Amino acid sequence: MHALALVVGALFGSIIDLNHPGHYIHWGFIQMSYANALVILLMIIVFLAAILIPFRSHKGEGR
Amino acid sequence: MTVVDPKPARADQADLDKAAGRPEDAAQWTARLRESAVEALPPQKLLPDRQPAYVASWIYVFGVTTVCALIVVIATGLLLAVMGPNWWHVSSTGLFVNSLHLWSVEVFFFAMVVHLWGKFFMAAWRGRRQLTWITGVVSFLVSVGAAFTGYLSQQNFDSQWISTQAKDGINSTGAGAIFNVTNFGQMIMWHITLLPLCVIALVGIHVLMVRLRGVVPPFAAKGEAIGAESPAGSEVEA
Repeated sequence: MHALALVVGALFGSIIDLNHPGHYIHWGFIQMSYANALVILLMIIVFLAAILIPFRSHKGEGR
Repeated sequence: MTVVDPKPARADQADLDKAAGRPEDAAQWTARLRESAVEALPPQKLLPDRQPAYVASWIYVFGVTTVCALIVVIATGLLLAVMGPNWWHVSSTGLFVNSLHLWSVEVFFFAMVVHLWGKFFMAAWRGRRQLTWITGVVSFLVSVGAAFTGYLSQQNFDSQWISTQAKDGINSTGAGAIFNVTNFGQMIMWHITLLPLCVIALVGIHVLMVRLRGVVPPFAAKGEAIGAESPAGSEVEA
């Protein structure tokens, strides 16, 4: 279990290195971390995808 | 000689069934409350099998995604409350449940914001749905408070940093006298009792209002008429 945790930790740790101070966007009086900006961007993408991607209903009846 | 009723439980139930139909009981508040509740939200309306055809869109799934995330938040929160800080800081299982609690909150807010955008651009307060909209907005605001007090209740340097940063902001509003973010006892009580109860109650009312008034239809395209309610025969299975 411990070995597995080490492997998983090393794998994901190599993709995203969080061992440093956060990076921030400075836009006038607005200050936001890149992580929060990324989450907002993802929400916009998911919102647009939810509108544009067709929904497969049961047997497509009544559409 | 004592006579024993061979089926006392069934006989009692029969008496209750008989009493339920008595006209003299109809004026009692229990009967009136039950009848008005069943009339407003009959079981088939409370848990429907079919939805209007326009609900067949991905934008309509984010409300229920939010509710599912809330269930995980509450379940993991209960577990954290039972086991305590040592468990969630030190043991592998505790750390895992703590992470589940955090990430289910992330999913909760993510889905709720997408749900909010979808309903905002649909003007979801149309068709006597104002209370549905308002309870949703207030749920969002109370949830922000619940999440904030959660960050203050982590029992680590992060929560200390957040509380010392937040106190100046809260004090500048004048609320610091009654809402002291550096008072751990007060913050954890708000986080695990007051605010979760408010969120659960508000979300419950919100969902009941959705069932009562129905899911808001989209705006009609040019030259096309979409009524407030779905026309007969244009429903799909839920």
